[in-house]
Amino acid sequence: MADTHVVEAEHAHSPHLRHHFDDMHQQFDSATFGMWVFLLTEIMFFGGMFGAYTVYRSMYPDAFAATSNFMNPAYGAMNTAVLIVSSLTMALAVRAAHLGQQKILQIMLILTMIFGLGFLVIKGFEYHEHWVDMKVPLFAGHWAWDGPNAPPQFAHQAQILFCFYFFMTGFHALHMVVGLGIMTTIFVMARKGTFGPEYYTPVEVSGLYWHFVDIVWIFLFPLLYLIGHTRNLI
Amino acid sequence: MPELPLWPEAASKVATDVDHLYIYISLVSVVMTVLIFATIFIFAVKYRRRSESEVPQPIHGSLRLEITWSIIPFLVMLTFFWWGAKIYFYNAVPPPNSMDVYVVGKQWMWKLQYPGGQREINELHVPIGQPVKLTLASEDVIHSFFIPALRIKHDVVPGHYDTMWFTADKPGRYHLFCAEYCGTEHSGMVGWVTVMSPADYQNWLAGGGSSGSMAQQGERLFEQLGCSGCHLLDRQGRGPMLRGMYGSHVQLAGGGTALVDDAYIRESILNPNAKITAGYKPNVMPSFQGQLSEEQILQLVVYVKSLGNANAPGAPAAASTAAAPAQGGKQ
Amino acid sequence: MSTALQEPEVKETPNYLNAEYGWKSWLFTKDHKRIAVLYLISISIMFALGGVFAMLIRLEMLTPAGDLFNSDTYNKIFTMHGVVMVFFFLIPSIPATLGNFILPMAIGAKDLAFPRINLLSWYIYVVGALFALAAIVMGGVDTGWTFYTPFSTTYSNTFVITAAVGVFISGFSSITTGLNFIVTVHKMRAPGMTWGRLPLFVWANYATSLIQVLGTPVVAITLALVGLERGFHIGIFDPAIGGDPILFQHMFWFYSHPAVYIMILPGMGVISELVTCFSRKGVFGYSFIAGSSLGIAIIGFLVWGHHMFVTGMSMYAGLYFSLLTMLVAVPSAIKVFNWTATMFRGSISYETPMLYAFGFIGLFTIGGLTGLFLGTLGLDVHLTDTYFVVAHFHYVMVGGMVVAYLGGLHFWWPKITGKMYPEGWGKFSALLVFAGFNLTFFPQFITGYLGQPRRYHAYAPEFQVLNVMSTAGASVLGLGFVIPLVYLLWSLKYGKPAGNNPWGAKGLEWETTSPPPTFNFEETPVVTEEVYAYAKHGEVEVG
Repeated sequence: MADTHVVEAEHAHSPHLRHHFDDMHQQFDSATFGMWVFLLTEIMFFGGMFGAYTVYRSMYPDAFAATSNFMNPAYGAMNTAVLIVSSLTMALAVRAAHLGQQKILQIMLILTMIFGLGFLVIKGFEYHEHWVDMKVPLFAGHWAWDGPNAPPQFAHQAQILFCFYFFMTGFHALHMVVGLGIMTTIFVMARKGTFGPEYYTPVEVSGLYWHFVDIVWIFLFPLLYLIGHTRNLI
Repeated sequence: MPELPLWPEAASKVATDVDHLYIYISLVSVVMTVLIFATIFIFAVKYRRRSESEVPQPIHGSLRLEITWSIIPFLVMLTFFWWGAKIYFYNAVPPPNSMDVYVVGKQWMWKLQYPGGQREINELHVPIGQPVKLTLASEDVIHSFFIPALRIKHDVVPGHYDTMWFTADKPGRYHLFCAEYCGTEHSGMVGWVTVMSPADYQNWLAGGGSSGSMAQQGERLFEQLGCSGCHLLDRQGRGPMLRGMYGSHVQLAGGGTALVDDAYIRESILNPNAKITAGYKPNVMPSFQGQLSEEQILQLVVYVKSLGNANAPGAPAAASTAAAPAQGGKQ
Repeated sequence: MSTALQEPEVKETPNYLNAEYGWKSWLFTKDHKRIAVLYLISISIMFALGGVFAMLIRLEMLTPAGDLFNSDTYNKIFTMHGVVMVFFFLIPSIPATLGNFILPMAIGAKDLAFPRINLLSWYIYVVGALFALAAIVMGGVDTGWTFYTPFSTTYSNTFVITAAVGVFISGFSSITTGLNFIVTVHKMRAPGMTWGRLPLFVWANYATSLIQVLGTPVVAITLALVGLERGFHIGIFDPAIGGDPILFQHMFWFYSHPAVYIMILPGMGVISELVTCFSRKGVFGYSFIAGSSLGIAIIGFLVWGHHMFVTGMSMYAGLYFSLLTMLVAVPSAIKVFNWTATMFRGSISYETPMLYAFGFIGLFTIGGLTGLFLGTLGLDVHLTDTYFVVAHFHYVMVGGMVVAYLGGLHFWWPKITGKMYPEGWGKFSALLVFAGFNLTFFPQFITGYLGQPRRYHAYAPEFQVLNVMSTAGASVLGLGFVIPLVYLLWSLKYGKPAGNNPWGAKGLEWETTSPPPTFNFEETPVVTEEVYAYAKHGEVEVG
């Protein structure tokens, strides 16, 4: 590069310091603040969907109560537990990075990814069950509203609800997949010994993202699975 | 000399009121604009730079000025708001003696039906001095029924009825436009509103609808579609008796009540299980979704209305919802 | 031409333009200034495309009959005009070009907080634009830029999903730019650059960024739902199965109303800079102008229903939205009054940027006032969906934002390129734009009140004279836009070299070379004086 007339700091700085920042503290501060702002946009994104869902739900409360008969809260509860544990392991990973505990950091990251993957696997089983039960309005031939738990006057509204169910859990699952990608990257960096007490920003920032995705699920679970449910568990 | 209109005709009191409001806001705006333009012009000339080295003193601000020029404009704007709200509220509630006309918008035409059975396409005929209430329905996408001379419009949204009303007071022929983009021939979805003296209007009405009044057409549909099999005329049957029901509140199975108005009738035809009258069972009445056009549904609505209004004097006692046991009706 | 003034040295100092050469150094740059230039090129292309569509519209509107195009083609033309101009020109315009270039320098920073995300935001923009172009090339979209359902989800036979995807993607460009600006302003101000000393251009972009970050995700999910409904043939907004087409409008306008403030606030920021510089005087009412930007951003989220007064919304909702709409006008009025007061006892010169500033204040005043007509309930019932609305929003978006953009472009051109544009041509074009603009759009207020509906391919014959005037104006306006394109490009090679501060302006960006070095400042500046401290040292440095 021809133009490097930057005034060098009087003392050596971390190799991770990007030169538009004055010091590591400013860099860390900016990164975490930036992630919080990004999460704010995610709240608005999911919020739009939650908002639309809420509008339809308040228009058709009985129909929506009826549809939750077809949700399996067992799957939902399992997923909730899995995600909460994964947030725990993530928090422990961030702490390990703070403290420079490389081995624990890597183990915690792996565990987080396993739980994240577990979430997606359970979701897969659940989607499959819906597919077999003909509760997927997105594809012709896989939607039917009949049987003792399906009051016919709610057929149309039920279809709308299931659309929202798949969109909301689908976008959430998409964020989980992205999260797994991020974790993989962080893991690879951790293996190289990139992180330690003077530089753990990517771990911190990924942790924020992961917790956020967890929190979205905490809202999804009661809204979609629990309210109005009358069928016995399993 | 080509035509250069600068102001639309005003064919109702509301139109004139809207014009006055428009003129008022325009005057305030012109005054505001001229004041600002003039001030800037004067400053730009008076304080033009005369030497490169001149350095004006800063004036940091004035709280008093800021408050003044925030509060006063806002108060003026509140007058706009108040006058506009007045007109809006006046337009929202049709008077009880309104004459009904039923409008269906579909890509790309307006179909109008009068209670007497007259039908028009892209034309509306009304007498002066008579409040007219339009019930608007869409067969497909969102349209908007716009009569510039009356200064009114209302969107026509599929899935429910919209209503608007007006009283025209100046005979003439005025534009009717669709004002919500609706596809290819949106700009072709135009027509005329003809406002006539009462005598002329009577003459026009006498032309009549060849198929009978809307209520009669609705009655024919009622028979053809088999509605009369369950909805008997003189007693409860497999379905509630409809005589005298319009305008009443019915008890619903599962609790709550509903007002029997146009929207209720439309919903009952298209999605009968949405509201079941107390004492009756769901899944007995079939849905007619996809089998009836919006025009036909309106004919049925007018027919049911013609069976008696619960609020009208001399109406039969409000239809009892203590049902005769549902006959046959298997769950 | 220049005899008395000594020419600055011809030898090129190292700057961000000559630091590296080659396409890779541009396409993989992390320098906010180069990214700003990349954006400048991209949005200029999209502006030209949108302008071509505009000319086609005005050509068709010369005659009442729809005789130039068939109806479907015309509907596609006005749709693409709107989509391109709103999402691919106006929304990014000032923030992505002038904001990207100037904001870090104005606060004394070496770059934005996240330079690589900045570059990513440009690539995202390009991908989104490619989708939009694909939709055009494949045959177009005809839903209007507002994508109302159920027409867009069920009835349109055009490339709705492709266009929606393009807009969806470009939204992320907007979000990341906003995110970057927010973090930068919070975390990277130079020592002494307190919040109370931020140039108003920075305040304006900061407020804009808040809107971008909070509002854009909602339109993203709205368009995603439209695309999913259309793609999977399900019915969220389908009335036949209990869906609500008006819900779409609520969700759409929840973003798109704040979006119009994205499309004006940065322009207002530019005007604050121009008025102070060319009056050579500190701004009047700094905290009120800064605060009004935030006020507009916040209140702007509360008024979306004024686009929906005739949809059958509750009357009480109508009251609420109308009242809030009156309220949101107040901060804008405050700005206009404060700018005017700044000129009082100033030392005013009439260079091109200042001419654009004058034009902005006049045209924005008219545009803003006509918004009040539309926010007034009983009157809006007549005016909505007519050309009155079209005139109103072009007054604020073109007469406002585009004029401010041109003013800012001319103002910072020497800083960005190191060259001066030809002043005579600059003034001429500014006057052409002002005259052409008014001739184009003022008649539309009249035809709107007469009842000419918008989005009409053919119109009632009595509207023709005013429409012909409008088209004539559009030709002048178009010329007013083309001429700067020519002379600005010309100036890159033949323009007079500019010094650090040709205008004698205050602001950290003027204390470095033109063009600036890659890292903006040789040493991180320390700010000791108030913003716009023109009077502090007596003599003003012009160089």
